[in-house]
Amino acid sequence: MKDLLITLAKALVDHPDQVSVNQIEGEKSVILELRVAQEDMGKVIGKQGRIARAIRTLVKAAAAHEGKRVVVEIIH
Amino acid sequence: MKEIEVSGKTVEEAIENALKSLGAKREEVEVSILEEGSKGFLGLLGSRQARVKVVLPDSPEKVINEFLTKVLADMHIEAGIEIRPREGYYFVSFHGKDLGILIGHRGETLDALQYLTNLAVNRILQNKIRIILDVEGYRKRREQTLINLARRLSNRVKETGNRIVLEPMNPQERRVIHTALQNDSQILTFSEGQEPNRKVVIALRH
Repeated sequence: MKDLLITLAKALVDHPDQVSVNQIEGEKSVILELRVAQEDMGKVIGKQGRIARAIRTLVKAAAAHEGKRVVVEIIH
Repeated sequence: MKEIEVSGKTVEEAIENALKSLGAKREEVEVSILEEGSKGFLGLLGSRQARVKVVLPDSPEKVINEFLTKVLADMHIEAGIEIRPREGYYFVSFHGKDLGILIGHRGETLDALQYLTNLAVNRILQNKIRIILDVEGYRKRREQTLINLARRLSNRVKETGNRIVLEPMNPQERRVIHTALQNDSQILTFSEGQEPNRKVVIALRH
């Protein structure tokens, strides 16, 4: 899931070298904290959060495939 | 992307040489002239070779394939990827076992991947393209399901006189419903609500 989130974010931003994901393991769920360059925020959120929603949908699907629950947080 | 610098007696000859070694056609490449070249005096004194830089951008198929191969690997999904250029868009079809995960509830995972693929690929390519993803004919089956649903519900509206509000759908799916019923003179369809919760309403035409 972490790898997938990194792949998606890097493919969308202008500064792929500044993409990082921090994985926090909970009891039943995993939190993935996505950080990108300030000027790339719009590239991973999109109008009305459309891009962020698509990223979450895909990462959740990958997580469900592994029997996990995942929350993707985009950190300012 | 491939890039080479090549010389020749003339610019045209240099380009020819470059195309030969790239195995590319003229319309696929971008040429910049580095040196015009000159024949010199009597073809001897001061003659200079022409020099060109020729760039062959990656094909849309290659860019699409690289992105999706990486995404599938990260999702631990094994699937074949088939890419076909069609009129106005590229049609990508996944083949394999247990690809339901890639479709998701009512196709939402497939739609999300399709949206992100269009964004990611068009960041790399010079000319914008449209990409449609499909899994084992899912799109066609879903379209037929929606057409059947539209007909069934329109009959119920005619019997009861009550309008029916469908569940939220994306613009493509709403269009299928509208199109399926547009020639029915007794029925009126329209959409209400905001994306992504916009819904089609089927009602009697008065």
